[in-house]
Amino acid sequence: MTTQSIFKGLLRPVLVSAVFFMALTGLAYPIFTTFAAQLLFPFQAQGSLIERDGLVVGSALIGQHFTRPEYFHGRPSMTLGADPQDPGKSVSQPYNAGSSGASNLGPTSQKLVDQVAARVRAYRQENGMAADAQVPVDAVTASASGLDPHISVANARLQLARVARLRQIADAELLQLVNDHTTARTLGLLGEPRVNVLQLNLALDARLPSRQPPIAASE
Amino acid sequence: MLSTLLEFALVLGLMTGLAVLMGKWLNRVFTGTRHALPERFTFSLLGIDPQETMGWARYGSALLLSNAAMMLLGYVVLRLQAVMPINPLGLAAQTPDLAFNTAASFITNTNWQAYSGETSLSNFSQMAVITFLMFVGATSGVVAAAGFIRGLSRSNSADIGNFWVDFTRTLYRVMLPLCVGMALVYVWQGMPQTFASQALATTLEGAQQQLIVGAVASFESIKHIGTNGGGFFSMNAAHPFENPTPLTNALHILSMLLIPSALTYTFGSMLMQRRQGWVFFGTFLVMFIGFLALVYGAEQNGNPLLTQAGANQTFSLEQSGGNMEGKELRFGIADSSLFIATTTAATTGSVNTMHDSLTPMGGFVPLAQMMLNCVFGGDGVGFINLIQYALLTVFLVGMMIGRSPEFLGKKIEAREMKLVMLSVLAHPISILGFTALAALWPDTMASLNNLGPHGFSEVLYAYTSGTANNGSAFAGLNANTPFFNTTIGLAMLIGRFFTMLPMLAVAGSLAMKKTVPAGAGTIPTATPLFMLLVVFVVLVVGGLTFLPALALGPLVEQLQLLSGQTYN
Repeated sequence: MTTQSIFKGLLRPVLVSAVFFMALTGLAYPIFTTFAAQLLFPFQAQGSLIERDGLVVGSALIGQHFTRPEYFHGRPSMTLGADPQDPGKSVSQPYNAGSSGASNLGPTSQKLVDQVAARVRAYRQENGMAADAQVPVDAVTASASGLDPHISVANARLQLARVARLRQIADAELLQLVNDHTTARTLGLLGEPRVNVLQLNLALDARLPSRQPPIAASE
Repeated sequence: MLSTLLEFALVLGLMTGLAVLMGKWLNRVFTGTRHALPERFTFSLLGIDPQETMGWARYGSALLLSNAAMMLLGYVVLRLQAVMPINPLGLAAQTPDLAFNTAASFITNTNWQAYSGETSLSNFSQMAVITFLMFVGATSGVVAAAGFIRGLSRSNSADIGNFWVDFTRTLYRVMLPLCVGMALVYVWQGMPQTFASQALATTLEGAQQQLIVGAVASFESIKHIGTNGGGFFSMNAAHPFENPTPLTNALHILSMLLIPSALTYTFGSMLMQRRQGWVFFGTFLVMFIGFLALVYGAEQNGNPLLTQAGANQTFSLEQSGGNMEGKELRFGIADSSLFIATTTAATTGSVNTMHDSLTPMGGFVPLAQMMLNCVFGGDGVGFINLIQYALLTVFLVGMMIGRSPEFLGKKIEAREMKLVMLSVLAHPISILGFTALAALWPDTMASLNNLGPHGFSEVLYAYTSGTANNGSAFAGLNANTPFFNTTIGLAMLIGRFFTMLPMLAVAGSLAMKKTVPAGAGTIPTATPLFMLLVVFVVLVVGGLTFLPALALGPLVEQLQLLSGQTYN
């Protein structure tokens, strides 16, 4: 076989296929899928946005940064955002859904060990735990996306007493609310039992509409 | 713990069933003689004759040149992003080295990303460049396998099929319909699919939250079915919009395994040697289960340094426990481990976990699977890689017992073995050569996120991922520098085409030979014994080549972790 016959007549299909398949798979396919999705599942297709009093308060799938003690708190988040003082620099901005991110620290990183130890101390203090009590691992490690909407059942139950006290609600009643917002494994097999923090906190606010003013954590 | 075992069994069982269904379908796609109307339209648009038969050199040239044209087109659009439509956030064009890296990455089915999706690509680029290249890159892989298997199945023939027919059919009959269907399931589960670029929210505590959205579901379906792997978002399939529920996670996993596992069945059907197909399926599965057990055990066991710091990593009814740094709660350890094993086996590179934060032995698994590059492997190329090892096996065994090696009734001679060795050696030379170069490069230290052996692993991982066309990363490494963009981009092209083209040549060469009847000296290849021999050769060849590098990375890190040694 000669070199000429190997390449003969390839120029046109090579050039046309690049442009045609870009139009087909890069434009027609996503555009068609978008119209179909908007028609069938408009809520999910927009990002599962939750509204309260006509105002978008977040997405059911994306975690938020909770610091007030009367809310349940999500997992630590390592997302960054632009520094308001100097837009060229990045500073810690937890749950920044405009820029997902993780620590990417390896298991032998001293920085990781120090971070976890500091979070363990803060968690114990916040939730009135003994100085040597073990803290659920999800409460002191950063998620992969920095936007993890869930915490473990163990983590939610340890925060329960604090929230119940500040919300002036019986522990048993709050436990019921937590259980109502706990999702089991899909088909009993897939995933892990979990609590969606934003939805739980929204339910808390709905239950107790006159929200407490922020209480200083240093009581 | 029982639920974990049942989950693994369920997923692997479903994979096996789907492999049969998809394998039968692919067989029809590759061997059918009738062309549907849209296909006839495409052929006349391209100006090709669907009846033409191609030898391996012409088939390979069409593949290589069309991929080059597509890569160039993608590069141009990325460079012109600022003036292209659908860019409401006003994102600037990628730099030349980054755009080269991105275009090379997506055409080679690697999908390594030196950029962050949210802040670097407009919705137009995500669709017209990234989604497009994901389709054609994956389709090219399947098409290479089609030509390869056809070559193995023929005798006394110079013809391994028609590239354009295979490409168009695979795209129209497999990729597009599957992706549309899967995308709609994904939207139902919560993935966004919109032309909008963002939604603004006011959080319960009064802060502003910018939620990036876009055509995510249509991106995710081809990303996994095509074993591509690049993320719409920076944090890939860990991002709740890319992987909202455990169900989507399982669907991602099954999508990734679908075509690589099905090709073993297709091979069996096309050669009318079903048993041989199952032997190769078994070879994949044995290695996969071993690696899955290793990563699950390591991650569930957790990080002893975090236990000392006060974290409770034990499994209970109320928490998954284990090493949760860089993992998502809805997936826990089991779903994360299954995803890690799958994405690096099927060389997808999509991640639902930050591999940089895995325990040393957990991180060993993705590295090792990419180094072997034939535990299922990517769409099409994984199967080709496995046959490369099978040829090596018959050759080694033939040498040991002093018989001339045969495979599928064809004599394996010097020409085939030279081509196989070119393909076998290109892989480690690219990985180890570039890693060595980076280790000497003065600016490398500035790109590392971790020091000590873990820092070395970050660099080793980058070139392994690039060469294996995987695309996952120890993402702490800042790879968006001219040095890394260029060298990783080259590693991807070497890893892709220095395997695919020599093996197509092998197929062309075998197609021309005549079939000889099995004799007393023929080693039967459709047996469990042969399956174990292939696994052995894969592990020995892969292990011996990479062991020194692995010893400097994850192995020494594991020993240091046990002794409590940390790095600032």
